[in-house]
Amino acid sequence: MLLGENISMALAAIRANKMRSFLTMLGIIIGIGSVIAIQTVGNSVTTSFASTMTNMGASNISVGVTQRETEKVKGDESGLEFEGYRIIRTPEESDFIKDNMIADFLNNFSDEIEYIILSESLGTGKITEIKNSATVAVTGGDEGYFKGQNLTLLAGREIGDKAIKGGKAVCLISDYAVRKLYNTEDYDKAIGKVVEVVIGQKFYDFTVVGVYKLDDSGMLFGANADRQTDLYTTLGCVKKHTHSDGYPSFTVVKSPDAQIDTNELRSMIQIFFDRYYHTNRNFEVTTSSFESMLEELTKMMGTISTAISIIAGIALLVGGIGVMNIMLVSISERTREIGIRKALGATNSSIRLQFIIEAMVLCIIGGIIGIIIGVTGGSIAANAMDAEAHASIASIVESVGFSMAIGLFFGYYPANKAAKMNPIDALTYE
Amino acid sequence: MEQKIIIDMKDIVKRYYIGKPNELEVLHGVSLKVYEGEFVAIVGPSGSGKSTLMNVIGALDLPTSGQYYLDGLDMFDAREDDLSAIRNRKIGFVFQTYNLIARTTALKNVELPMLYAGMGRRERSERAKELLRLVEMDDRMSHKPDELSGGQKQRVAIARAMANDPAIILADEPTGALDSGTGRLIMDIFHRLNKEQGKTIVLITHSPELAEETQRIMTLHDGLIISERKGGGRVAAG
Repeated sequence: MLLGENISMALAAIRANKMRSFLTMLGIIIGIGSVIAIQTVGNSVTTSFASTMTNMGASNISVGVTQRETEKVKGDESGLEFEGYRIIRTPEESDFIKDNMIADFLNNFSDEIEYIILSESLGTGKITEIKNSATVAVTGGDEGYFKGQNLTLLAGREIGDKAIKGGKAVCLISDYAVRKLYNTEDYDKAIGKVVEVVIGQKFYDFTVVGVYKLDDSGMLFGANADRQTDLYTTLGCVKKHTHSDGYPSFTVVKSPDAQIDTNELRSMIQIFFDRYYHTNRNFEVTTSSFESMLEELTKMMGTISTAISIIAGIALLVGGIGVMNIMLVSISERTREIGIRKALGATNSSIRLQFIIEAMVLCIIGGIIGIIIGVTGGSIAANAMDAEAHASIASIVESVGFSMAIGLFFGYYPANKAAKMNPIDALTYE
Repeated sequence: MEQKIIIDMKDIVKRYYIGKPNELEVLHGVSLKVYEGEFVAIVGPSGSGKSTLMNVIGALDLPTSGQYYLDGLDMFDAREDDLSAIRNRKIGFVFQTYNLIARTTALKNVELPMLYAGMGRRERSERAKELLRLVEMDDRMSHKPDELSGGQKQRVAIARAMANDPAIILADEPTGALDSGTGRLIMDIFHRLNKEQGKTIVLITHSPELAEETQRIMTLHDGLIISERKGGGRVAAG
């Protein structure tokens, strides 16, 4: 007999007992809903993390100075060391990664790396121009740093390699800062001007060589709010002011021609810097790549998904038993109908098919409701976690298939019972 | 020219609970023949074995021993699926309690035997409408059974019995649950089907008056046919 007929018969039967059908589906809805919700959250978090990583360069490796988990020497002379406590320290000048280490590093890894990104912040301060002022964060960068910034210039030029090498006091400021300072949208007017940034009690002068377009996508406040924008200068210029020859961290950009994968390179870099830091009591260098972070995250999400799936599996099992139970009730209520159908020529297999399909339709409807609830709930949760919602298509397809399988598995026994009914007994059943 | 035999039963015995202490023999060797185009009645008081005989004729149950050919088919060879097919194509049941499926419309009820016969959707629907027209129920096709009166339900049931153009219509007390006026109407439909369409009809009843309208009356008593005589045929003209 036709599948379509069976499905419409099943829908009619489900409609005839709406409340009961809904309660039966609840187990399936909860089971499928929770699996889909957690997978949507996991998928969204991983996807948005991965896309952030790709933007920032997935094969980039960050190298930074961090405090050791365990101090190298216990009970030092300062007497500040106590059992069970760890003093939170900030790295001092002597703990930083020095220029000579970086030079040595670049020599050793010239084949594997394309360039490195070095930057240093001078701090946040104010530029005042007659009555107007703008708040800027001053950052000095090297060639690599500017490559990664992807700035769109509206006027002037980029900071050239020569200026960077020479540590010139030139800068790029945002179009927003220009508007605030000079009340003009003719950004060329700002080129060549010398701006004075006041940070703390100190004054720093920079010559504007370019105006870049501010990325407004992160703008949350009104246009009138005094927004802090970046002022980019050369690394050398900042270094002159800070009198430092070290860096708390830097980023390595792997060469596309490198013969090793990111993780291998990362451990080689780790070993390289461990040589310098094995004598440092409090600090060490740690390396991390976005790729390895992504791997960690995916692994963690996988573990959470598995745990939730087991719980959902139990819910589905209970739901399936509910379906079986309600099908047995339904069949005993419809004994006479089964008898009539048999008298009219229904074979055992067509009766069996009818009830299996009814159980499957019940489960699929439950599954679909579960998917809708799961995707909605998962998306809300993902948005709350600042991730763009991405439902997992594979898990949706799997869920539909899984609910069908539950219907088949738990519907078979009742359907078979119906199929084997004696037509005379069924017809005379009161 | 010899008439074709539709039901050919010889020494049919039906026993229940075989081998158990409460073993019960209901039919003790029933022999009967029904010819094509006949309208016959099987009468008998309750407990005479009428229902059992009807179940055996209707391929709902297999006899314990004897011979039974239905439209040339040996029923002793039949397996369960064969019996389903025989019920589907050779027999049209009309029950005292109508036995319509409550959740679906009159039209869908009539379509049901055709559905099990594997007929296509459009063809099925066309034929069902035609049959409902035949029993003058075409204006109530989309009504569900509980929106119909007893007589209307029975007319739908007759249309359903005709669905696959069966060899016989087996009517078990078809007017038993109806008032006499409505019962008359139903009997008129049977007469019309018999006369106009040449349908073979077996009427099972305990009412001598209804039996008298048919062409031949067989009386069942204690699991045996004790008498067979010609009926009065249709008395009322029309």
